[in-house]
Amino acid sequence: MSELLIETRKISKSFGGVKAVRDVTFSLKAGNIIGLIGPNGAGKTTLVNLLTGVLTPDTGEIIYKGENVTSQRPFQAARRGISRTFQIVQPFPQMTVLENVSAAVLFASGAAKKISHAQEIAFEHLKFVGLEALVNRSAQTLTLPSRKRLELAKSLAMNPSLLLLDEVNAGLNTGEVEQALDMIRAIAARGITILIIEHLMKVVLSLSHRIMVLHHGELISEGTAKEVVNDPKVIEAYLGSKFSEKQIFLESFPRV
Amino acid sequence: MYSQILLNGLMLGAIYACIAVGFSLVWGVLNVINMIHGAFIILGGYITFFAWLHFKIHPFMMILPVAVLMFGLGYILQRGMINKVISKPVLTTLTLTFGLEMILYNAMNLVFSATPRRIALDMGSLKLGELLLSVDRIASMVLALTLTGLLYLVLRTSKIGRAIVAVRMDRDAASLMGINVKEIYAITFGIGAFMAGACGALVAVVFPISTSLTGVFLGKAFVICVIGGLGTVPGALVGGLTLGVIESFAGYWLGPQNAILIGFILMLVLLVVRPTGIIGKKGYE
Amino acid sequence: MKSQRIGYFIFFVWVALLALSPFIANNYIVKVSTFLAMYAAIALSWNFIGGYAGYPSFATAAFVGLGSYSGAILQNAGIPMLMAWFFAAVIVVIFAAGVGRIILKMKGHYFAIGSIAMVDVLSHTASSWASMTGGGEGLNVKIMEGGPDFAGMVFLYTMLAIMLAAFITTVIVDRNRLGFGLRCIQQNEDAADMLGVNVMRYKLIAFVLSSVFCGLIGAAYASWVAYISPIDAFSILLTLKAAVMVLLGGAGMIFGPIVGSAALVIFEELIWSKFLDLHHGLFGLVIVLLIFFLPNGLLKIKWRRSSRESGDNS
Repeated sequence: MSELLIETRKISKSFGGVKAVRDVTFSLKAGNIIGLIGPNGAGKTTLVNLLTGVLTPDTGEIIYKGENVTSQRPFQAARRGISRTFQIVQPFPQMTVLENVSAAVLFASGAAKKISHAQEIAFEHLKFVGLEALVNRSAQTLTLPSRKRLELAKSLAMNPSLLLLDEVNAGLNTGEVEQALDMIRAIAARGITILIIEHLMKVVLSLSHRIMVLHHGELISEGTAKEVVNDPKVIEAYLGSKFSEKQIFLESFPRV
Repeated sequence: MYSQILLNGLMLGAIYACIAVGFSLVWGVLNVINMIHGAFIILGGYITFFAWLHFKIHPFMMILPVAVLMFGLGYILQRGMINKVISKPVLTTLTLTFGLEMILYNAMNLVFSATPRRIALDMGSLKLGELLLSVDRIASMVLALTLTGLLYLVLRTSKIGRAIVAVRMDRDAASLMGINVKEIYAITFGIGAFMAGACGALVAVVFPISTSLTGVFLGKAFVICVIGGLGTVPGALVGGLTLGVIESFAGYWLGPQNAILIGFILMLVLLVVRPTGIIGKKGYE
Repeated sequence: MKSQRIGYFIFFVWVALLALSPFIANNYIVKVSTFLAMYAAIALSWNFIGGYAGYPSFATAAFVGLGSYSGAILQNAGIPMLMAWFFAAVIVVIFAAGVGRIILKMKGHYFAIGSIAMVDVLSHTASSWASMTGGGEGLNVKIMEGGPDFAGMVFLYTMLAIMLAAFITTVIVDRNRLGFGLRCIQQNEDAADMLGVNVMRYKLIAFVLSSVFCGLIGAAYASWVAYISPIDAFSILLTLKAAVMVLLGGAGMIFGPIVGSAALVIFEELIWSKFLDLHHGLFGLVIVLLIFFLPNGLLKIKWRRSSRESGDNS
């Protein structure tokens, strides 16, 4: 289980004159949970957009399961098994919860050709995230925590090999965050590789096998939690930035 | 020879710019394509014509009254009807303005009949070296540019103008700053109608007016917006002048029928390649 | 679903009535029936791109007009009528696929304008390319033999056949992945893309579907009235009617276009034809009333009421 699932080779992306992602090279092995942290504006979401085909890198390559997928479109990434959640949840507002997840099964997972079959499979995923009671509700009527679960169910229903979680916990209280963590661990136990972007250090530290740190679009550090926390470059990145980041850093990192 | 064609194109273009600027403003600020714009222009033209015919009022004197009248009409339409559907999908607002246009078109046909009306102002012509300029066209061009320039000043310097620009740039931010967005929408739409009416008065001097022209002017406004960009006066000016010059040369080389076709093809090409136009910022979809 | 089965039943009764009209009614009714079928087919066509996919297309007139001219020119060149219709449809499909690939990259207002421009460009081309199209004077087509009654029947059944084909296609699309995918695109195109929907391909299919039946109708219509001209063939009014019919009945539904088109044709015959002078104004009024009082269409009102009564089951 130590083959490379995905690797990037010096990918960069600029907007106007600003380099949002700069020569980023990394690789992920199958079955791991990897945390991606960095101050605001570091380029984390841009990186996720590059991996899912929403954006195409200006330079560099992306290799997924041995295939060069650098110029892929979003729907191709989806069908290949790269799935993601959004910070601001994007359902199909006037469709039911069941239809939302069925869409993911039908179009990305390849597990069903007929709508009725897709709905059966979708229901199983909804049970996993605990939304089975709301299957016929219209997606736009859901509360925020339920929307997050719907988002998770959709991305699981795509049958991914790589799941990119972009700030899943934003807006959740402590209890809800705990539940989310349990679900994420259960997903990883199925063999799905997870890349998790998070502000909450506790979450990242407790979940991840490895951590990558992005700052001003560059990958400045990579390693286990202990290695990253003690890396002087990381400390400087956080302490050198705004006060709030400093606070988070100082509060959440115990003396390791 | 070419300088004459160029000059004709610029004179035409100035009027085109004036025609388009109100349309462009409404599209840029309200994100509404106002299908009634062409009909507003023709209405302005008709009122001017009949004032000249029955009361011997000089068309240039009618510009302001007609424009004010149209402002009122536009304001009421926007406040009363269009505002209600402003947040609905494109198809809804487009169809509504189409429908309103048809009502106005029909009304004008009944009241004014569709025979073309032309105001014959005998103002003579000037000779400048090799160039032949008819005075009424020059006067129209000057007035068109003046109106456009005044609009530019209003947008830049007056409180209302700056509010309009604010709404165009970011409606939500403007609302948070205390701007009454609904009111701004109505005023902007009114301004669009104002410019259309004023241009109608000018156009009546230069072209024969008829209800069959509503689509033609609307089409030109579209093309100019795509060429020059949405919601800005400079954009409409660049777009209008460009279209005027292109049509002038195309008319000379390919015949007048095809001149119009060239305009459309240019628009299609631009829509694909650079929908924001030569100057425009990223417009609404 | 019970309401669906009722819908099918009513639909088939209606089709049967239309088909029997030459035997049970006079020529005027036969003509109206032909228009009912024709407009239903046009509405069903628009429903693919405008209803299911949610793209405000004004290209209907382009497809019908191109079909008319292609059919007429081919027929005048000696090709038998039915084959001319077939080839006209092929031409329209190729046109739609080609242009669609370009303008479907745009959204909202820009797409709408692009589609209107299609109509204008074709219209101007038809006017100027006189050697091919007869220019502004229009084109005459050989009138079918057999006398007016026979011709009336032929064209009634032609339009009915096209309408049935469009209807069956609608049902298949609605039940299938394609319809589902189009609905996803309409609700949130980017999310659909990220969920694995090949958005461009689906939009293109919808656009082509919205063109093929229109092309057939255009070709058949040209043969029926035996004369076409640029103004009639490429009338923006026709496109507007297509959208209005679907909005009137209920967009993105199987029966919406049928209900909407029937309502509009009946309105035309009962009221419109009595007030030819108010033609445009009345249609404009219909639009205004539609948008303010029936924003979702006739079918969606009834539907919501019945689902509220019987509880929320899909």
